[in-house]
Amino acid sequence: MSALAIDVTGLVKRFGDKIAVDGVDIHMPKGEVWGFLGPNGSGKTTTIRMICGLLRASAGEGTCLGYDIAREADQIKMSTGYMTQKFSFWNDLTIRENLEFVARLYRMTPLRQRVDETLETLGLTDRQHQQAGALSGGWKQRLALAAVTMHAPKLLLLDEPTSGVDPQARRDFWDEIHRLSTNGITVLVSTHYMDEAERCDHIVYLANGKLLTEGRVADIIQESGLVTFRVEGDSVRRFAGALQQLDGVDHVSYFGNALLVSGTQREIIEHAVEAATDASVRWQEVRPSLDDAFIALMARAGGDRRVHA
Amino acid sequence: MTMGSDTFARISAIFLKELVQMRRDRLTFAMMFAIPVLQLVLFGYAINTDPKGLPTAVHVEEQTPIVRTLLQALETSQYYDLVMQTDDPRKSAALLARGEVAFVVSIPAGFTEQLIRGERPQLLIEADASDPAAASNAIARADAILTSALRHDLTGALKSLNPGPNPFELITHAKYNPEGITQYNIVPGLLGVILTMTLVMITAMAMTREAERGTLENLLAMPVQPLEVMIGKITPYVTVGAVQTLVILVAARYLFAVPFIGAIWPLLLGVVIFVLANLALGFTFSTIASSQMQAMQLTFFFFLPSLLLSGFMFPFRGMPHWAQWIGEVLPLTHFLRIVRGVMLKGSTLVDLHVDFLAMTAFALAAVIVAMLQYRQTLD
Ligand SMILES: Nc1ncnc2c1ncn2[C@@H]1O[C@H](COP(=O)(O)OP(=O)(O)OP(=O)(O)O)[C@@H](O)[C@H]1O
Ligand SMILES: [Mg+2]
Repeated sequence: MSALAIDVTGLVKRFGDKIAVDGVDIHMPKGEVWGFLGPNGSGKTTTIRMICGLLRASAGEGTCLGYDIAREADQIKMSTGYMTQKFSFWNDLTIRENLEFVARLYRMTPLRQRVDETLETLGLTDRQHQQAGALSGGWKQRLALAAVTMHAPKLLLLDEPTSGVDPQARRDFWDEIHRLSTNGITVLVSTHYMDEAERCDHIVYLANGKLLTEGRVADIIQESGLVTFRVEGDSVRRFAGALQQLDGVDHVSYFGNALLVSGTQREIIEHAVEAATDASVRWQEVRPSLDDAFIALMARAGGDRRVHA
Repeated sequence: MTMGSDTFARISAIFLKELVQMRRDRLTFAMMFAIPVLQLVLFGYAINTDPKGLPTAVHVEEQTPIVRTLLQALETSQYYDLVMQTDDPRKSAALLARGEVAFVVSIPAGFTEQLIRGERPQLLIEADASDPAAASNAIARADAILTSALRHDLTGALKSLNPGPNPFELITHAKYNPEGITQYNIVPGLLGVILTMTLVMITAMAMTREAERGTLENLLAMPVQPLEVMIGKITPYVTVGAVQTLVILVAARYLFAVPFIGAIWPLLLGVVIFVLANLALGFTFSTIASSQMQAMQLTFFFFLPSLLLSGFMFPFRGMPHWAQWIGEVLPLTHFLRIVRGVMLKGSTLVDLHVDFLAMTAFALAAVIVAMLQYRQTLD
């Protein structure tokens, strides 16, 4: 059996004459946590659906957990847990009833005990008799995670699991993901949050249905060739306009009382910052943000399109 | 700016939005035109409250000009359609029991001779009165039709035979429902109508609800087969159907005193097949419809002809042939024959085998279409 949890090549999905996913390759080893990123409509959800057998690929092929994605959807469904982007459990069932339903579909025994354990692990025991429809976003997300993990899947496909969830709940959620990962579960998680991306072993970035880049966070930043300076000082914001105009400066963004100035050539930026500011400011080189790296990579892929703050 | 123009602006904003949404939901939009057209056709052309051309068997034991005159008169009246001759009273009784004919006209041997001698011979018309509305007009007219035919015919030398108002005695037997009580016909029929309405609609909605609320994606992502989903979803409603059946049968007996002549089990078998047919159809609708609204529309589109063409509201045999053909496809038509046959006529499985087969065929077809329609992916 392959050491890859997901091994797909040239995945294409057309809806009518619209191409949602356009030749995506993913080769993901078992046991890792991968982040799936990309702008709205870039094809993340569609790709995940093809991987777990919910959509038929228009072209391309591959396996998920060693099972063919076109022909062995049933086996794939047995050993993956897919958390949909939109909450898709039954609002008119209680938390417990939802979990019992899932447990029965996967033929888990002893049923009561397995449900009790899951409720306990995810801290849902006190709320087990609440109807899902009445839960707040964070609790719904917890219910969904409980439901897709309780059959002990080997692979978790999580589609924007933390959108609309508060910071504490997001942190708890990620702790849970890493706990599962330690136990050997492979996790592919789509997200728009860069801090979440940084928690991943590896990132896959889609743009317009194509794979723009992939790799470790540090590698992607390096690949972008971006250099960022953090400029601080009293009322430093007044320099933003001037900095933005300079050649060699790709991007200026506000960061509290500081400005982050990014570009691809260190010397040019250094000179530019010096020229455009005065003695009252201090500046130092910092690690470029993942955001900026993606934007730079996008701009480069799309030709000379410059991205402004 | 006055309040009035604000109100107008807001009303027109909503009006425009509704207009766009209405046009976008193609199926509902189409139904808004299809249903009135269907109603026009059904009410305008198919339904006939004065049913004519009712199939009639004749059992004559002599062939004389006078007998031929009488039969000819029945035929030309258009109420009776003389479709066959029988020579065995038992055979004609069976034809009536199976509903293949609505009337049996019997003219005994020696009829003509007795008529000529002025002895007022008997002419018997047996009618299937399980649907009183179907038979009543034809029966009411029979005497006038036959008497006037004789008056026309008995001329010349035979004119002397034509003295009294009635040269023969017409005997009519309204079988299965001698008093012509409409409840005997309506209440058993209601069983079929109520089962159709609730079961088709409930199942049609049950599946679309999953799609509309987004839970379908979740269901499809879990290891469960289409047939399993179908059976699992339908079974609770089978129970609902069983309770409805019980309530109606009890009401038929104790509130309306409808006779129950036959055995219960052919009826129950009929209910089971009928319920399955309706559930499978509802499931098919739910795979076609993309919203609960559409599911409702499809249900109504099916329910309307079922109600009107099955023989529930209007006599089946009184409809034009094309309408009868459509009626023969609908499971309710056959179910009504089974329920009325068993309860009012004491019909057996053998008597009703055609209806059982037709209903089973419909159920199978609906299951197959439902299975083909059901997608295991979101495509
Ligand atoms: N069922 C469908 N029919 C037609 N087009 C679709 C369908 N599903 C997705 N699309 C289109 O495919 C493209 C990719 O959509 P997808 O949902 O995969 O993007 P995404 O990366 O998940 O976006 P988001 O971050 O907003 O969730 C979009 O342009 C979308 O409109
Ligand atoms: Mg998405």
